[in-house]
Amino acid sequence: MNAPVRRLAVAVMVLFALLLLNVNYLQVVRASSLHNDSNNPRLILEEYSRQRGPILVGGKAIASSVETNDRLKFKRTYSDGRLYAPATGFYSLIYGATEIESTANTILSGTDDSLFVRRVMDLLTGEQPKGGSVQLTLSSAAQKAAYAGLRGRRGAVVAIQPATGAILALASSPSYDPNVLSSHDSAAIRAARSKLTGDPRQPMLNRATRRTYPPGSTFKIVTATAALESGKFQRDTPVDNAGSLDLPQTSTNLPNFDGQACSADGTATLEDALKRSCNVAFGKVGLDLGADALVSQARKFGFNTTVEIPTPAAASRIPTDLNPPQTAQSAIGQFDVRATPLQMAMVVAAVANRGVLMAPHLVQEVRAPDLSVLDRTRPKELSTAMSPQTASTLTEMLVTVVEQGTGSNAKIDGVRVAGKTGTAQQGGGKKPHAWFVSFAPAQDAKVAVAVVIEDGGGAAEVSGNQLAAPIARDVMRAVLGR
Amino acid sequence: MAARHPRNIELLLLVLSLGVAMAAYASVGLAHDAVLPTDMATYGAGLAGLFLVAHLALRRLAPDADPVLLPAVTMINGLGLAVIHRLDLAGADRARRLGNIAPTASAPAQITWTAVGVVLFVLFLVVVRDHRILQRFTYTALLAGIVALLLPLLPVIGTTINGARIWIRFAGFSFQPGEIAKLVLLVFFSGYLVAKRDVLALASRRVAGIDLPRGRDLGPIIVAWAASLAVLVFERDLGTSLLFFGVFVALLYIATERRSWLLIGIGMFMSGSFLAWTMFGHVQQRVDIWLHPFAERNIRGDSFQLVQGLYGMGTGGLLGKGLGQGRPDIVPYAKTDFIVAAIGEELGLTGLMALLIVYAIIVQRGLRTAVAVRDSFGKLLAAGLAFSVALQVFVVVGGVTRLIPLTGLTMPWLSYGGSSLVANWILVAVLLRISDASRRPAPPPAAPIDDAKTQVVRR
Repeated sequence: MNAPVRRLAVAVMVLFALLLLNVNYLQVVRASSLHNDSNNPRLILEEYSRQRGPILVGGKAIASSVETNDRLKFKRTYSDGRLYAPATGFYSLIYGATEIESTANTILSGTDDSLFVRRVMDLLTGEQPKGGSVQLTLSSAAQKAAYAGLRGRRGAVVAIQPATGAILALASSPSYDPNVLSSHDSAAIRAARSKLTGDPRQPMLNRATRRTYPPGSTFKIVTATAALESGKFQRDTPVDNAGSLDLPQTSTNLPNFDGQACSADGTATLEDALKRSCNVAFGKVGLDLGADALVSQARKFGFNTTVEIPTPAAASRIPTDLNPPQTAQSAIGQFDVRATPLQMAMVVAAVANRGVLMAPHLVQEVRAPDLSVLDRTRPKELSTAMSPQTASTLTEMLVTVVEQGTGSNAKIDGVRVAGKTGTAQQGGGKKPHAWFVSFAPAQDAKVAVAVVIEDGGGAAEVSGNQLAAPIARDVMRAVLGR
Repeated sequence: MAARHPRNIELLLLVLSLGVAMAAYASVGLAHDAVLPTDMATYGAGLAGLFLVAHLALRRLAPDADPVLLPAVTMINGLGLAVIHRLDLAGADRARRLGNIAPTASAPAQITWTAVGVVLFVLFLVVVRDHRILQRFTYTALLAGIVALLLPLLPVIGTTINGARIWIRFAGFSFQPGEIAKLVLLVFFSGYLVAKRDVLALASRRVAGIDLPRGRDLGPIIVAWAASLAVLVFERDLGTSLLFFGVFVALLYIATERRSWLLIGIGMFMSGSFLAWTMFGHVQQRVDIWLHPFAERNIRGDSFQLVQGLYGMGTGGLLGKGLGQGRPDIVPYAKTDFIVAAIGEELGLTGLMALLIVYAIIVQRGLRTAVAVRDSFGKLLAAGLAFSVALQVFVVVGGVTRLIPLTGLTMPWLSYGGSSLVANWILVAVLLRISDASRRPAPPPAAPIDDAKTQVVRR
């Protein structure tokens, strides 16, 4: 009977060999795909078992992780959720993370390579590993002024420090409370999210960086820059003073908003045209400069490229194959020109910073859990949008817009403010968007702002001044402390 | 050559396995509380005491028995205790987080059952001085085995837990009589086959080089087959069913040396499996889980346990998360059926392979005993015991690692559960008893027959 026992022994070894092969397959070949499977709760449990680092504005945590009693040890909590949602984004069990919560995730969760040594130390000392903190560039005063000024209307505000590109305010309205998405109750998260996505007012849309609008008359700053840079125009160069411009190759006309001449005394300068936001004059300037000059100038301001703040913003656009009538319309910010509020803030910031466009950024510095600084954002030049002379001339022209022209509501006592209104036609019978872009103090700007209120305008150019300018003024005052 | 004495080797190996058990216990404590467990010394002494009792019993009662079996078993038992303790801690933490009362810890019960197992191990060696005595109880064993298998089906004491009706409960204890049935039925199989092997080996016709048995000799295998199917159908216990039939067929093959029995057995197993698959929803469900564990219809329900176990092992990878540092508590029944997944997650591929190899050593030592022992009954019994361990390990690990469909069986000596632990301690006692007989030095040659006095020969 020994022969069958020996054969049985061989069979048994085959069985064990099969088991060994199979565990090798599972734990070597398939290990990482199993580990990283989105249904593997260990991933989330690991992530939630570390205290996620805070997101700070000023010295105050606007997002922090607090210990809970449930399965997931830490819950993400936002102290002023709606106010800061466009900057922080959310951090959700089911829907992942957005904005800074997403782009700075490795730092916040403590898994970043720069925290490696620290993690090893924690392992040795038995200390609970924690995430690092992210300090934002936002000014809480400016952010509050921006969000409060929007008063729940659909719109957005972006404020930038021109000299550095630091983003001081990033408000979008209506907003949402990221706390409902960072709950640990999946059913509640799903319900909250479907309510938010079902809302026709799109509260989760980050209008400040993700939505592009026709910039309307605020784009005349770009056209004016191109005009001054071309050398063909000076501040006092006379421009077309007619009430309506006959667009070449078409039977349509481009009228001023009221159909009247730009200047009542018969002649208008480039400065007058900007001050009164004359469409005819700027349409003609655009035709004189040509599509290439206009597009190239817009590019220098950041159009047709994507900026990352570090979350990528939507690219603002100007078509590159404009025919003359399209060029004329584009020169006044219509046709297919689209810009995010961030882009328009970059335009005025570049003017304010003597023509140099700084890279807009939201993260000031990143610290390890022990508060040692891991990284500090250094201001970076994106491009030189214009010469210092052009910037200086344009600034004076924009000051007249506020002091004598269409932007009167942006005036601040004792501070020279440069600004430009905009009322962007949407077509299709919808109300125009009201815009206002500005910076102050004019000669030594500390803040540049862009404000848009969706569908807010009447037919007239005054709506930018009525609806958007007061918000810009309040944000500038908050930054300047006046 | 005192050092080469099997018991001295055994003592050395026992120190090693005690070291493994203590290191596991210490690392659980370090991972959970960042300090060594305060009861480390007491626990170590207790465990060492139990191992020592078993060792001394062998020294006295089975001095020539295999020196590797006991250390291998104690190593698995000790590792199991640490893992169960680790899962206890996870359960208590969870209860504390939720503000619930902590569930009763399993590890103390498992220690108690280990002690009971060791006592019965010693008791068996004391009472049964020669394994051939067991042959006398062939038919008693049959009766006992059938009763044990049927007990869970009785009203009042029979209990269905997790869909399988394999438990009896009385006086506050629950017990799986199937584990004891495994042992006594092995005694029956061996005794029965020793008696009938000559008849069963008779060939009738030769077909394609295989000698087929006579039709009338098919009775026993048909009975075993039907009984296995009955266990499957009425108790919904896939694992036990497969185990019994597999071991029976293997023993039939060893006893008769006829390959035809293997083919017939495999054929019957396949047709039985197919029949069960077509007829029973719970079998179809098991197969569906096996084939499509990640399917949306299964992953949050029926295959949750399997998939979570796979995730755990994937997360463990090559070296594991370290004892106490993974999340094996996510897997339902991690202490019993899925303890292998817990080890794969925390000790990694390395730990799991080491564990499988220890099991393989036990099985090979058992089969070696079967080869070495002189009597047919001992051969069949040792081979049956060893093969039953192999098959059980294959069915459990294969199920958990998705090599084969999942069935509900425990890992011998490793999983939490009194009946399984006690039965398997007795199993190793029987193996050691047979091993002692097989390795005992041959008696000095008898005096030539011519010189001997005339004796009355009794049989």
